[in-house]
Amino acid sequence: MTRVEGESGLEYLRRKLCSVYPDLCPLFSIEYADGVLLVPREALHGAAVNLKALGFERFGFVTAVDRGEYFELVCRLQSAEFGAGLFLKAEIPRDDAVSDSFTDLWPAADWHEREVYDLFGIEFTGHPDMRRILLPDDWVGHPLRKDYHDDSVIPRPDYI
Amino acid sequence: MAVEVESTRPVIAEDGRRVDELVVNIGPSHPSTHGVCRIITHLDGEVIVKAEPVIGYLHRGIEKMAENRTYLQVVPLTDRLDYVGSMYANWAYCRAVERLAEIRVPERAEYIRVIVCELQRIASHMMGVGSSGADTGAATAFIWAFEVRERIVDLFDELCGSRLTYNYVRPGGVSMDLPDGWIEKCREVVKWAPERLLELDALFFGNFIAGERMKGIGVLSEADAIAWGASGPTARGSGVLFDIRKNDPYSVYPRLDFRIPVGENGDCFDRSRVKLLEAIESCHIIEQALDQIEPGPVMTAGLPRLLRPRAGDAYDHIESARGSLGVYLVSDGSPRPYRMKVRSPAFCNLQLLGKLAPGHTVSDLVVILGSLDPVFGEVDR
Amino acid sequence: MTWLLSGALFGLAAGTAIALAALFGVWWERKVAGRMQMRFGPQQAGPAGILQTLADTVKLVLKEDVTPNAADPRIFRMAPLLVFTPIALSLLLIPVVTGWAPLDSSVGILLFLAVPSASVIGVLLGGWSSGNTFGTLGGLRGAAQMISYEIPRTLSVMALVVVAGSMRPAVVMGAWRWWWLPLFAVAFVIFLIASIAEMNRGPFDLPDAESELVAGYFADYTGIRWAIFMMSEYGGMLATGLFGAAVFLGGTNGLPGVLGALVLLVKAIGIVTAVVWIKWTFPRFRQDQLMKLAWKVLTPIALVQLLVAGAVAVLWLR
Repeated sequence: MTRVEGESGLEYLRRKLCSVYPDLCPLFSIEYADGVLLVPREALHGAAVNLKALGFERFGFVTAVDRGEYFELVCRLQSAEFGAGLFLKAEIPRDDAVSDSFTDLWPAADWHEREVYDLFGIEFTGHPDMRRILLPDDWVGHPLRKDYHDDSVIPRPDYI
Repeated sequence: MAVEVESTRPVIAEDGRRVDELVVNIGPSHPSTHGVCRIITHLDGEVIVKAEPVIGYLHRGIEKMAENRTYLQVVPLTDRLDYVGSMYANWAYCRAVERLAEIRVPERAEYIRVIVCELQRIASHMMGVGSSGADTGAATAFIWAFEVRERIVDLFDELCGSRLTYNYVRPGGVSMDLPDGWIEKCREVVKWAPERLLELDALFFGNFIAGERMKGIGVLSEADAIAWGASGPTARGSGVLFDIRKNDPYSVYPRLDFRIPVGENGDCFDRSRVKLLEAIESCHIIEQALDQIEPGPVMTAGLPRLLRPRAGDAYDHIESARGSLGVYLVSDGSPRPYRMKVRSPAFCNLQLLGKLAPGHTVSDLVVILGSLDPVFGEVDR
Repeated sequence: MTWLLSGALFGLAAGTAIALAALFGVWWERKVAGRMQMRFGPQQAGPAGILQTLADTVKLVLKEDVTPNAADPRIFRMAPLLVFTPIALSLLLIPVVTGWAPLDSSVGILLFLAVPSASVIGVLLGGWSSGNTFGTLGGLRGAAQMISYEIPRTLSVMALVVVAGSMRPAVVMGAWRWWWLPLFAVAFVIFLIASIAEMNRGPFDLPDAESELVAGYFADYTGIRWAIFMMSEYGGMLATGLFGAAVFLGGTNGLPGVLGALVLLVKAIGIVTAVVWIKWTFPRFRQDQLMKLAWKVLTPIALVQLLVAGAVAVLWLR
């Protein structure tokens, strides 16, 4: 399957995704010129395997966003074939912050997952070396969570 | 002290013999010019068995700080990410904001952005090539590279008052227009630079000792470069023909004509040489941009002081000197970012050190680290 | 007792010579390196910065004398002098005036090549007595390098001796003919490269620059002790320059007295400038590449040169 003349990368991606992996099709949407695939947590690794087979050979990054009741795990994948990037998102419950590691598919995910663990506390099963990367090993807490507090955090003044 | 021998531990090597592995800590501060990186090396005699970079010494929590600042106030923070390349660090962030808030930047501002980013690319590559020279002992190559960088940094000083952290590219455009006579001065620099760069090429890369020190060292295959998320000269040195300016063009790059230098062998020599050749290409880009630039506004009209983008997220990336630098912004409709994530190429490229170092000696380790060209402001954020 | 007096006099002369060599050598290097790098070099201290080295030496003398805790104090303090003295002595063996050397000896060339090798012991002891493992390794590496490069250095000069028929430096200088230049060009290049390696200079300074990663053999030396190491380096540079000019490039060319000495000096400064030029242009060799160069490249070529010289001596001159 190749790109049709005049078709954007994302449209081509949608077409190919829907034909090869039809069960992922309803989870895919194009929002503001970005492709987003929102999958349940259990299906995350499976979707990643499928996307890699589809042509996403480059791993952009993986990060998390603290949404209050859950963490939104955001993974960015890039493909030279589609000329476009894709967000692979999943919701990780706050009290069970565990996810599957991507390192078996893309070795590049190594340090990114360590950083997510360090700053958010989400553990990745299957990661070869799950420990803190940016903060000292004996640091307590996960700073990028919205409820993180320690003595150095200064509350924002109200007048701004 | 910069180097401490932590321990000697007996291990059983693969062929069953007992090896006394020396664990050497190359401390966070050491005279090689790359910044604060601690490398724990396990040596079997002279040969490195395992090299593990430990980062985080420059972690300042920029992403957390950004959550407490307005979108405009975050721009100086991005300066300090890749401090060797503030212009394009600002630009990556501003592109993400403009994508999120759906701001259209005026054309003159886009041209100015391209000009300063390419100048910054040359300056950053001079830092990279110069440090490769300093690592291998070619002090003159270092100084010649810095002469080029000095002239560019002087241009920036005249443009925005600062030599290192510019805070110039803002969401919606650039903060101020080019001063009178700046274009002529820029043209002069860009006319003079390529011959100096070619002389530097002959001085350093044409030298057989530099070849012996850098060829065949730290070889990265094309497949590994893609799998490990390498980008920029690190990947292009291995033959990966991927440059965001061509593969996913942005700004006014589609109107400019330039080539992408690519290496063959993926060793330190190719990675460093690609940087120099890219710097020469950047000179051509700047010349074309200076020819094409038209008078006009440099900031989007009617932009509110306090930007309140739509709730949602956006990611945009540019080709920085180190690779693909991207910023992922999540907004909840308030004047402050809800989450800012910086995808820094140096962070992704530095993972390769653990892969490239084994099998080489400690002298080669510094050369490999230099060829990966990390800037720790970006790695640690 | 006259031997005591003459010994003291020679010692004083050697010390003065090497101090002047260092004073001039450092200034010249900084100026030449500066100009190569599009900058000026020292400018403020004295006219054209010529007093800069003196100012630096005064500063170094005024520094605190630090001996590391783990160091062996007596050997630590003695090692710089062990490096310095042989090189200072070798300066006296060079015929600076036609037909006369301060320390004239019928085996002067042999002495010139052999005596500075005693400084290897100083390097080894300096590294070992610093009290840390990497100082020891640095000293071992420096010593291995210096010993390896002795061989091509000696062989290249032996080629000259074979043709000249004598080991007295003044005689060799007097026997110089214009056709020695093309005949011994290869030997001269080998002598130059090997001498640079002997001084742990230029592209062969990994044992010192290893201090970027691991401590080099003189990393723990501060103040005047470090200055002594530096003086030996510059003294060695000038000795190489003078000796190379004297035997390979014609020396005083038969001119008498001060005129001849000036001619020799100009040629020596030319060689010193070449040494400085080489250091600032080339990156440095890795240790294994350095040793390979000595044993696998320079020594065979020097042997071939010796054979050629011997053939010339037997077939044409005798």
